[in-house]
Amino acid sequence: MKIYDGGKIFIGIIIFLSVATSPFLFNMGKATAKPDPKLDTPEIQKMKKKQCVEPKEFMRREHMKLLNEWRDSVVREGNMIYIGVGGEVYSMSLQSTCMKCHSNKKKFCDECHKYVAVKPYCWDCHIAPKEN
Amino acid sequence: MGALLSLSTALILVLIAFAGVKEANLHFLFGAIIPYIAIITFIIGVIYRILKWASSPVPFRIPTTCGQQKSLPWIKHSKIENPSGTLGVIVRMALEVLLFRSLFRNLKTELREGKVVYGSEKWLWLAGLAFHWSFLIILLRHFRLFVDPVPASLHLLESFDGFLQIGMPRLFITGIILLASVSYLLFRRFYIPQVRYISLANDYFPLFLILGIGITGVLMRYFIKVDVVNTKHLIMGIFTLKPEIPEGVGGIFYIHIFLVSVLFAYFPFSKLVHMAGVFMSPTRNLSNNSRMKRHINPWNYPVKAHTYEDYENEFREKMKKAGLPVEKE
Amino acid sequence: MSNKVPTPDELSKIDYKPPKRKWMDTPVEFKPGTWCYGSRPKYLEAVGMPNPRDWKPSDEDWKLPENWKEIFLEGMEERLRKYRSFRLFMDICVRCGACADKCHFFIGSGDPKNMPVLRAELLRSVYRKYFTTSGKLLGKVAGARELTVDVLKEIWYYMYQCSECRRCSVFCPYGIDTAEITLIGRELLNLLGLNTDWIAGPVANCYRTGNHLGIEPHTFKNSLEFFLSDIEDITGIKIEPSFNRKGAEILFVTPSGDTFADPGTYTCMGYLMLFHELGLDYTWSTYASEGGNFGFFTSNEMAKRLHYKIFAEAKRLGVKWILGGECGHMWRLLNQYLDTWHGPADFLEEPVSPITGTKFENTKSSRLVHIAEFTADLIKHGKLNLDPSRNDHLKVTFHDSCNTSRGMGIFEEPRYIIKNVCNHFYEMPEDTIREKTFCCGSGSGLNAGENMELRMRGGFPRANAVRFVKEKHGVNMLANICAIDRAALPPLMDYWVTDVRVTGVHELVGNALVMKGEKERTVDLRNEPLTSKESKEE
Repeated sequence: MKIYDGGKIFIGIIIFLSVATSPFLFNMGKATAKPDPKLDTPEIQKMKKKQCVEPKEFMRREHMKLLNEWRDSVVREGNMIYIGVGGEVYSMSLQSTCMKCHSNKKKFCDECHKYVAVKPYCWDCHIAPKEN
Repeated sequence: MGALLSLSTALILVLIAFAGVKEANLHFLFGAIIPYIAIITFIIGVIYRILKWASSPVPFRIPTTCGQQKSLPWIKHSKIENPSGTLGVIVRMALEVLLFRSLFRNLKTELREGKVVYGSEKWLWLAGLAFHWSFLIILLRHFRLFVDPVPASLHLLESFDGFLQIGMPRLFITGIILLASVSYLLFRRFYIPQVRYISLANDYFPLFLILGIGITGVLMRYFIKVDVVNTKHLIMGIFTLKPEIPEGVGGIFYIHIFLVSVLFAYFPFSKLVHMAGVFMSPTRNLSNNSRMKRHINPWNYPVKAHTYEDYENEFREKMKKAGLPVEKE
Repeated sequence: MSNKVPTPDELSKIDYKPPKRKWMDTPVEFKPGTWCYGSRPKYLEAVGMPNPRDWKPSDEDWKLPENWKEIFLEGMEERLRKYRSFRLFMDICVRCGACADKCHFFIGSGDPKNMPVLRAELLRSVYRKYFTTSGKLLGKVAGARELTVDVLKEIWYYMYQCSECRRCSVFCPYGIDTAEITLIGRELLNLLGLNTDWIAGPVANCYRTGNHLGIEPHTFKNSLEFFLSDIEDITGIKIEPSFNRKGAEILFVTPSGDTFADPGTYTCMGYLMLFHELGLDYTWSTYASEGGNFGFFTSNEMAKRLHYKIFAEAKRLGVKWILGGECGHMWRLLNQYLDTWHGPADFLEEPVSPITGTKFENTKSSRLVHIAEFTADLIKHGKLNLDPSRNDHLKVTFHDSCNTSRGMGIFEEPRYIIKNVCNHFYEMPEDTIREKTFCCGSGSGLNAGENMELRMRGGFPRANAVRFVKEKHGVNMLANICAIDRAALPPLMDYWVTDVRVTGVHELVGNALVMKGEKERTVDLRNEPLTSKESKEE
């Protein structure tokens, strides 16, 4: 197959190839580790039944929505009480409920958020826990 | 018939992915093997199509000139619409590819009381442009799931796209634009009689497919949530050539990725190759300089012509009688 | 011609709604007045085109060669290999429909197969069936169909309802040019001997005598001499042009229509007067006596064969460069094809106007200058003594010809000339001029008599725009730079508009040109009285 205007065609194909394979190229030679959020804070270790306000699977998928609802509920409706799966009563507070257990923001929140490139705006208002 | 066939094909594809994962547990097939096949088909297919076009030469310089030619120095030359050199062609092509210049010219022709009237008709241009650009931005946004670490420029893109700051997760305007513009493009295929008349199954199918991709994408982001971390892990497995199926990736993701795979695999065999073809269109990518610089036709061959000698041989006597000069007395 | 052309009122009732039935299931119907007669065998024999025989398009049996399908498909394959345009345009159309209402034949007929997209789909469906995997496997679902005699007839019918004006290509987002598709489509049909008589005749003539009309050398000289005596009557000036003269500086080539029939003849008088007044060292040629090329509407090879004579004659006569008259498709070919076919024109010199010294940089390779470029340059340099008031009886509008617009881009030169030789010039609406101009409806060899209804339909948008400026400004003269326009627009005007006549730009120049030693002019080149100076001053 003879190719006409080969130079231009070749450049075009190279551009196409590099764009089309760019996800492969970006990842070449890079070892990416799956994030591994840590649950080993002293507070959690103290718990007899290690249970969040909702089941783990739900929290993994929906925590952002839940936090958003909490915020609206507290700020707009003044309601601070949340009833958990097993009837437990929680105070809807990022700092004193969530972060009480998950005091390791870097190893818990940031670990995944960084991986999937999410920048939550929690910490625009709230004070992040101090870690070393 | 074409539309119905295309819609049902798209729906069957959804069912295949759903059943394949939920019933048959073919996670690896849908999460790794099919995407690989699709990527390979797409890349090889598109390159094959380009080479196929490139294997035919451009024997004549046939730009469609849409402006004043370059002629006398005091006549204003339309450098972009009728380019005389490479720079003009590059700008013309850039306008064509990035802004759909030609489609922007679109007019609507109507007959009113025996008179033809022309009106501006920009909806096709607008919807086309909105669709292609939002598709591109959405594709780029997906790079947050394709690479690790994610470059800062993607954050910038996301913050533009999510500038409305509605909802959690934040609403991306391109998602809405994509669905709206594809719906319009589909709608006009049904609504405008002439367009309906010319539409083939091949015209409806990609629209339904893209609509399906858009809907599953939006569902996944805002409604039927998936575990993003594991999803990204699955995708990263594909792009690092270490495919793996983590737990907890929702069925909707498999439908989404299957439709995307079908789109990419279908791409080189369909009209969608206009993505590559537009760059090669000889009525657009050539400069109108064939009087300034000779254009070479690689298969130019000598033809049998009627020479002056033949001509004079036939008419010599008549020419002489009329006082016309001749070569041979 | 036995077909009665419907009245304008009847004709302008056009329904753009396509029928219910799918186009692939709608067989072609040869409507009277929309197609040209089939080529007579003698014309095909004269140039060695295949399958010469007597046939009528309305016949059931077209007397095709036994292996016609094979010939057609092999021809298609060959052209897919030879023309990137063809292969690409077969592949990338997305059927967005932007071209649909841009075709003058669709606007004038409402026939859905006159939508450029569908005209191309007629061939594309065959392409898919035989040259793509999906078409082979899926057939109709993939928009593919078998090539049958009926399909062939349909292709024939619609390939000869396209005037190859390229208007659709301006609006297509990928620049798909239906002219490319129908040129190649016609080339394929010609492999089976399926030309029209109106094209095959001029081709045969042109091959032998050098011009479409078959004018022999002595007659060619005679016709010009006839104009010379008219010019003498009007201006009192005797002009003696030269023919086939070796050593002239410039060879002048123009379409033969200008030497043959009104109103082109007046344009020809304009050329003669202009060149005489300049004292131009130029010659006519009885051999290169045709700038137009109906071979282009037959096949690329035929076009190349017919246009051989232009460079050959320039070389034989030893001229420095070539000046081309007002013609549409001639100029598409001179601009985009001739140098590629028969170049390099290294036996010529880079053209320089002997009057102004202007170098025509834009044609330094092919050495072919358009007369509008030449004359505009003269006027700009003040080399012509012009009295535009001699055109005061005319209210002029300008029709951009398809080929010079979209295959060249010569927009300002003719306008500049008109504005300098006429006092009353009015543009037609913006969407109907320049790159968006409408065809006369008779281009690409469709200007026959038997397809008059088609021509009137195709010219409807153009006529409509002329009617607009006639009603608004009282326009009574339609200027253009194309010989086919000059032949085709007069009946079109009579049919749709009335009282608007047609002129070449150089007829207007001839009227306004004040010649050295001329007598007081009382009539224009058409022997019609000028608006007298006194009556104007009142």
